[in-house]
Amino acid sequence: MKLYCLSGHPTLPCNVLKFKSTTIMLDCGLDTTSVLNFLPLPLVHSPRLSKLPGWVSKDGAINLEKELKECAGRVFVDSQPELCLPERELLDLSAIDVILISNYHCMMALPYITEHSGFTGTVYATEPTLQIGRLLMEELVNFMERVPKAQSATCWKNKEIQRLLPSPLKDAVEVWAWKKCYNMQEVNSALSKVQMVGYSQKVELFGAVIVSPLSSGYSLGSSNWIIQSHHEKVSYMSGSSLLTTHPQPMDQSSLKNSDILILTGLTQMPTANPDGMLGEFCSNLAMTIRAGGNVLVPCYSSGVIYDLLECLYQFIDSANLGSTPFYFISPIANSSLEFSQIFAEWLCLNKQSKVYLPEPPFPHAELIQTNKLKHYPSIHGDFSSEFRQPCVVFTGHPSLRFGDVVHFMELWGRSSLNTIIFTEPDFSYLDALAPYQPLAMKCVYCPIDTRLNFHQVSKLLKEIQPLHVVCPEQYTQPPPSQSHRSDLMLELQAPPLPYRRCSVLSLPFRRRYERIHLLPELARSLVPSEVKPGVSVATVSGMLQSKDNKHTLQSVPKPPPAAPTKKRKRVVEEPPEVLAPKPLLSGAVPLDGFLASLHKHGISEVKVEETSGGHILHLQAEDALIQLEADATHIVCDNNEPMRTTLRDLVLQFLQKL
Amino acid sequence: MPEIKVTPLGAGQDVGRSCILVSFGGKNIMLDCGMHMGFNDDRRFPDFSYITQNGRLTDHFHLDHCGALPYMSEMVGYDGPIYMTHPTKAICPILLEDFRKITVDKKGETNFFTSQMIKDCMKKVVPLNLHQTVQVDDELEIKAYYAGHVLGAAMVQLKVGSESVVYTGDYNMTPDRHLGAAWIDKCRPDILISESTYATTIRDSKRCRERDFLKKVHETVERGGKVLIPVFALGRAQELCILLETFWERMNLKAPIYFSTGLTEKANHYYKLFITWTNQKIRKTFVQRNMFEFKHIKPFDRSYADNPGPMVVFATPGMLHAGQSLQIFKKWAGHEKNMVIMPGYCVQGTIGHKILNGQRKLELEGRSTLEVKLQVEYMSFSAHADAKGIMQLIRMAEPRNVLLVHGEAAKMEFLKGKIEQEFSINCFMPANGETATVTTNPSVPVDISLNLLKREMSLGGTLPDPKKPRTMHGTLIMKENSLRLVSPEQALKELGLSEHQLRFTCRVQLQDPHSDADTLRRIYTHLKSVLKGYTTQHLPDSMSVMVESIVVKVSSSAEDPNTKVLLLSWSYQDEDLGSFLSTLLKKGLPSGLC
Repeated sequence: MKLYCLSGHPTLPCNVLKFKSTTIMLDCGLDTTSVLNFLPLPLVHSPRLSKLPGWVSKDGAINLEKELKECAGRVFVDSQPELCLPERELLDLSAIDVILISNYHCMMALPYITEHSGFTGTVYATEPTLQIGRLLMEELVNFMERVPKAQSATCWKNKEIQRLLPSPLKDAVEVWAWKKCYNMQEVNSALSKVQMVGYSQKVELFGAVIVSPLSSGYSLGSSNWIIQSHHEKVSYMSGSSLLTTHPQPMDQSSLKNSDILILTGLTQMPTANPDGMLGEFCSNLAMTIRAGGNVLVPCYSSGVIYDLLECLYQFIDSANLGSTPFYFISPIANSSLEFSQIFAEWLCLNKQSKVYLPEPPFPHAELIQTNKLKHYPSIHGDFSSEFRQPCVVFTGHPSLRFGDVVHFMELWGRSSLNTIIFTEPDFSYLDALAPYQPLAMKCVYCPIDTRLNFHQVSKLLKEIQPLHVVCPEQYTQPPPSQSHRSDLMLELQAPPLPYRRCSVLSLPFRRRYERIHLLPELARSLVPSEVKPGVSVATVSGMLQSKDNKHTLQSVPKPPPAAPTKKRKRVVEEPPEVLAPKPLLSGAVPLDGFLASLHKHGISEVKVEETSGGHILHLQAEDALIQLEADATHIVCDNNEPMRTTLRDLVLQFLQKL
Repeated sequence: MPEIKVTPLGAGQDVGRSCILVSFGGKNIMLDCGMHMGFNDDRRFPDFSYITQNGRLTDHFHLDHCGALPYMSEMVGYDGPIYMTHPTKAICPILLEDFRKITVDKKGETNFFTSQMIKDCMKKVVPLNLHQTVQVDDELEIKAYYAGHVLGAAMVQLKVGSESVVYTGDYNMTPDRHLGAAWIDKCRPDILISESTYATTIRDSKRCRERDFLKKVHETVERGGKVLIPVFALGRAQELCILLETFWERMNLKAPIYFSTGLTEKANHYYKLFITWTNQKIRKTFVQRNMFEFKHIKPFDRSYADNPGPMVVFATPGMLHAGQSLQIFKKWAGHEKNMVIMPGYCVQGTIGHKILNGQRKLELEGRSTLEVKLQVEYMSFSAHADAKGIMQLIRMAEPRNVLLVHGEAAKMEFLKGKIEQEFSINCFMPANGETATVTTNPSVPVDISLNLLKREMSLGGTLPDPKKPRTMHGTLIMKENSLRLVSPEQALKELGLSEHQLRFTCRVQLQDPHSDADTLRRIYTHLKSVLKGYTTQHLPDSMSVMVESIVVKVSSSAEDPNTKVLLLSWSYQDEDLGSFLSTLLKKGLPSGLC
């Protein structure tokens, strides 16, 4: 069993597991932090961004004016932003049988894997994961295609040149794996390969293994996966949460007794408490509005935003924000809000029971109905005429490099009355803000990451007790910025197996048994005998049939009775047809008992001679000799086949057959 | 031999009060817990007098499938889990409450369940998702499949070990305007329990039926008549509403359409929240246009019934046995211009059933009679599978046996014949209280050591060769609850036993006037020609021939150099061959040998 690690990002994993005869890809996360190295894509022509000076090395030797621009003291790539793909060279992607998706954030690289790679397998995901994943991909494509940029920059990626560039471009890794965003056609084609599954549904792959998704509590439809055969169990944990937010709670008990646990997707903010952050979010928001400023919340269009809206729903009246408009701007804003209401089965109990009333599970329906929350596909169109300030705007993309958020940065960045509140943990907010410096607007960083922290996970591991744990290497040491915090790493009794991008791990795992079915006829014909108290054995002889990785054993058909032929004599001379080995023997032949049974068969003239290892019996009348030892019997008998077989059977009576 | 027993307590050769008891693998499961619409006394509930059970499944919210649930769990005293899908769990208590109100508050019956009982009963319900495998206990496993009949309707698969039963509940094999078609994988259950409401009907295309329906409604409205369509609040009502809504829109019609009872709006709300249970098209477009927000269909008020002019009214309940639909029917029955369209099945004993059978004079409570002059139309829109659909499902699931319920005996008989003829499988149709028993023949799952399996597969291939069957030998170790099949050598080792060697030695005298070496070669040639397919080795250095592991040693007798003494030695494992060789050599060597 092997694990191929195609991504080094701990929360956006992409691993391939080879188990029995199957090749299973676990998630295909798309690392978008690479876009921070690119210039923002403004929706409206921005004089500032269009007049940036090109970059030339100090000695003038390297001139990349066209590709690189200096902005706010940093160098950025001026082209369509590129995304960091999972490794595609480590193994043949067309050999992948299935892809298991754990949540919608971890499927964004799907089109790169399934399209143009010869992939012919199936992708499994829950319905909310598929639907919301589709929306997020649509949004990403829309953001990119709305602001087309003809130029693609590649010169800077040359190793010799990149080495001489200023930081952080100099330190960017895997730059050759950075690729432009896919298009809608590729998205549709990739998603057409997805088959929807429900929690605890058992999906059989080629008869060899059964995979089954379990609720992971992190987002709508998010799942951990169990991959098991009759005797082996591998659990794959990705983004899981034990906090009570909107999704169905995490199913922990089903993860118990795994041979291997592949652990990814822990919190990226181990020191930030989500509840505290939520409180800070609300108080900063209220403070800014009261002072007459606007609040900008760069966020993903699904996920934590539902919790933020729910929190605000309870907070608005007490904070006297009843008249403040809340805007949610995204090409998928409406769909995201609508979809969230129809997945009752995937929500926490509290929300489920609302549907029984029947009421929409999320209170944002009421916010929309009362016109407190308005959603628009973009800043163009209705929004520009209906827009009132001061207001709160939720919009993407959290990297601040594309999407409608770029416009609000240009619009509000100059005023210190305004505030930007970062809630997504995926991007460093300082890097995100870099091209907009100097900024007058206030910045508040309250990253909300509900995934498991190290404390929770070590408690969980004690509970579920996997034999071996595999995890990204980042989890085996404290974060570089807090190297003294040994509590911010995984500490297990058996040290976890770390992986990094491009690792190939042999998992410590030996399969010993396989399931086989004895057909009823064969099973009935067995004759068990007890060899020890509570232990019985039976010899089994059958015909093996293995089809679709399922094995059955059936009785050997009895040879048809030999047709009475005239050449009877010849038949006797035929050697035994099938090489049917006899069972192994075990036990010992007791002298007295054996003599007694010889006697019973009319053999009484026996001379017993003691030897070092046992006895020798001379059967004088029959001219035969039997040597009895503790674990061997030797019968010497000449020219008397019937006598030999009689003696054989007498000996066999005392022995066990295996 | 293991058996599966199925006993219908209701719905055995009957439509209504579905309730079926299944026992297998030591488990007792009740499927559905419905009530009968045609009776007003105790007969409306299934006969619960002889049961104990492990789990209960309700497949959809129609009263003939869940109506007796509170009676069972709160009044009879069942205390186990109850499983149903989310939409069923949501809608079921509302229908039960509605039903209770009609029975208790309006008719003044006592001995009936209370509102609190409904609530308590619903607390025992565990919601099921489609395709989710739910472990009821260590052995019993259930899985729900989409059934299409109404919102949230499901078929269920019950499984204990390798034995399984599928119960369809009510299902529909053709997608309609708001629901998809039932689907199940090739799960090869031991028994498929199928409904058979339309066992003998093969319905014409749905499109024709719809066109017919619209034409009749349109004609009646055009000539100023009123159309009454008795429906159940959820299910066909939504289907017909969507149909009329789109027709009204297309034809730009002005006559009002009403939907009776306060349940409507709520009902449509359920459809909006459970949109994932509707068909592909509605799910795809729901963000842009929700099909359950009707523009032309407005809530009905009791006073509208007397309004002049044409109108269309959907009213509950669907069999005209009580409530608003019956009230409106009484008002409109006297006019030829009006029309009542029965879109679904009517149980015997209801007014719906009577008028469909052409009865034109009805006796009402209080001895008054009602003359029925309005047109009565029957149009099957009820979402049950027809004969074709039932056969299709059987083909999908490939069951070993079929058991029919929820249908009329005569019709079942016909379908039973057809099933037995087409699929050559047994088909049962037990009446209420009768038990159908099916014996199963499960194979025994065993753990085989991978070494043994791989060795065998590399030697013999994966599929047995019918001409050259290969036998695999192993030792089955039975210890506590585990069954393991290992190679005999491994079994010895594992059990801490030492092997007992049993050897045989046999001397054969042979007259052969040649040198020892020549005799040896002659024996070798002889054995080689006789024993095809065995490895025979000529070992002149040790004056012996080896056949597999049997040693044949040659020496001359001390007295007579022409008398050769052959010493054969073999172990018990080679007994057959050893015995054969000794007999063969005793006969001497054939003369033709060189």
